Amino acid sequence: MAVQTFVQTVARTLMQEMRRDDRVVVLGQDVGKRGGVFLATEGLFDAFGPDRVIDTPLSEAAIIGAAIGMAVHGLRPVAEVQFSDYVFPGFDQLVSQAAKLRYRSGGSFHAPMVVRMPAGGGVKGGHHHSQNPETHFVHTPGLQVVYPSTPRDAQGTLRTAMRGEDPVVFLEPKRLYRAVKEEVSDDPDATLPVGKGVLRREGDDVVLISYGASMAETVQAAAALAQQGIEADVIDLRWLLPWDEELVLERVARVGRVVLVSEAPRTANLVSEVAATIAEEILDMLEAPPVRVTGFDTPYPYAQDRAYLPGVNRILYAVQQVLEY
Amino acid sequence: MSTARTIPPAPNGAAAGETPPPDALLAMYTTMLTMRRFDERVRDLSAAKAIPGYAHTYFGSEAIAAGVMAALRPDDWIASTYRCHGHAIAKGVALEAMAGELYGRTTGTAKGKGGSMHVSDFDVGMLGAFGIVAAGIPIALGAALTAMRKGTGQVAVAFFGDGAVHQGVFHEGAGLAMLWNAPVVLLCENNQYAEATAIEYHLNTSTIADMACAYAMPAERADGMDVVSAYAAARRAVERARTGGGPTLLELVSYRFSGQYEGDAQGYQPPEEIARWRERDPITTFERLAPERGISTEALARVADEVDRAVDAAFAAAERAPFPEPDDLFDDVYVSYP
Ligand SMILES: Cc1ncc(C[n+]2csc(CCOP(=O)(O)OP(=O)(O)O)c2C)c(N)n1
Ligand SMILES: [Mg+2]
Repeated sequence: MAVQTFVQTVARTLMQEMRRDDRVVVLGQDVGKRGGVFLATEGLFDAFGPDRVIDTPLSEAAIIGAAIGMAVHGLRPVAEVQFSDYVFPGFDQLVSQAAKLRYRSGGSFHAPMVVRMPAGGGVKGGHHHSQNPETHFVHTPGLQVVYPSTPRDAQGTLRTAMRGEDPVVFLEPKRLYRAVKEEVSDDPDATLPVGKGVLRREGDDVVLISYGASMAETVQAAAALAQQGIEADVIDLRWLLPWDEELVLERVARVGRVVLVSEAPRTANLVSEVAATIAEEILDMLEAPPVRVTGFDTPYPYAQDRAYLPGVNRILYAVQQVLEY
Repeated sequence: MSTARTIPPAPNGAAAGETPPPDALLAMYTTMLTMRRFDERVRDLSAAKAIPGYAHTYFGSEAIAAGVMAALRPDDWIASTYRCHGHAIAKGVALEAMAGELYGRTTGTAKGKGGSMHVSDFDVGMLGAFGIVAAGIPIALGAALTAMRKGTGQVAVAFFGDGAVHQGVFHEGAGLAMLWNAPVVLLCENNQYAEATAIEYHLNTSTIADMACAYAMPAERADGMDVVSAYAAARRAVERARTGGGPTLLELVSYRFSGQYEGDAQGYQPPEEIARWRERDPITTFERLAPERGISTEALARVADEVDRAVDAAFAAAERAPFPEPDDLFDDVYVSYP
């Protein structure tokens, strides 16, 4: 079993998939010789050369647009956007073109492609290097959106995304890139199903739901609660579009209390959608209103970035609210 | 084969008669040395983790900001990039407020909300630093159009790097600037790298100035490592803009001595190449040429002393400045919000 960090697993999975399928190409700024700004494509250039690992100039719209063209015509591109904050110059290509291609062609063509992008705060990057853009993408039917939190999940979801037939936005929590190492599968076919979340911990007192970078604090909060004798169910959504409604409703109906955690701004946050679905579907099973712990409706601040992120204390406070309701 | 990297050695780059008088030159030297000392401090504080986040230093391009800003009026506008320290210093942003911003303190230019990549100060015409490559170009264009409309005679300068010419907004901005004859200078700092990508790899035209052909825009390419050359070229572009002649694409060629950001190991820049360009260091070049430009060694030493004291004082003040309160993060999102 290989023991790897998140970012190492991304590189290894790309390597394995490129070996398996010669239609896979990787493109983006400095993804080739440099191996990517975060080294997520390290080793690929030496293994596959410049025809399949393509260093592009600084042109996000053309990177994503070219990936669409490649995908439609038989390649399987994986584009890298160096930070998710830089996707916006390429937003039209992703949101108005890639997402709608199948629909607007009446199902006659489609774009099997992945756009990878490190996202999220906690690295003191300020407002152009810390954003969580998932809301824009989950609001775009036609895209699939993944935001895994662990090396193992990165491995399985990335492979599923690359083998799928639809355009996938693959968000990577950059502050967790090297935070933990864990065993990842050596099976070159290890995949994870589309749209399935995972239970990280089981408990009867409260359900904590999160995804991506905020999973770190959510899991820590659950451990702190356990010390006080409060047992939390912890759900990692992993896939945000589609998200695992079945798992969420089943666990929340069982426990009756839920706290939802996400570091993106609060308004129209994906967890607001999850909370609304819970309210619509199983209101009568709830012991307390769902509580969201999110980033704030402000641009991402530099000095106060720790205050902005939903930290363990804010999660614990929310849990107290739903328990004492 | 691109000729982009073989610029003619032009230590005295300015055309005859364009060398400014000694006191003006000494002011440019002061500006350059301030940038250098400021960024040396940033480099050390970044390495020591005293300044968090990503810091982009300006080593090697000091002559550009010093020369360009010397060609501007105080009320002219500039738009900068994430590599903004040099531009901000040259435009007159207070060192203490810059250091405060890097430290994330209330005394910073954005009260600590922006950090190293987001220094701005409208009082001195610094429209801001943009973390998104090329984002400042159309914004500078807008400032220029406003000046045109109001008849103020102001000029706007959009700074961007060699890598930025591959962004759509560069081309959109250039097209509209020409269409409307805007008093804007598109100022490309060609430091020959866009992150790890060398200019030979990413540029199709031989020079960035060549790209102006597509817009029928006047263009010039000049040595960006000699402050007199940078100043003279900027003056031509700025005067053209100010007198109704419209935009110019001005490419000033320099070299990025440091990595892309502090902490970048820079392995993709051949050491011989760095060494070769270091011989043309804008500051030592200036010092070498100072006597023949009528500037004494004593004058240079006096400047060095002043600069050291100013930079020391700025960082000392920033270190003592208060941190913002967590709740301050809610301020300044909107002007008004019901
Ligand atoms: C739209 C966008 N894409 C990518 C980046 C990441 N990035 C930051 S600086 C840089 C290189 C820019 O090179 P250049 O324009 O030559 O400026 P320099 O850093 O050399 O001053 C890149 C790719 C970004 N900030 N914005
Ligand atoms: Mg450059």
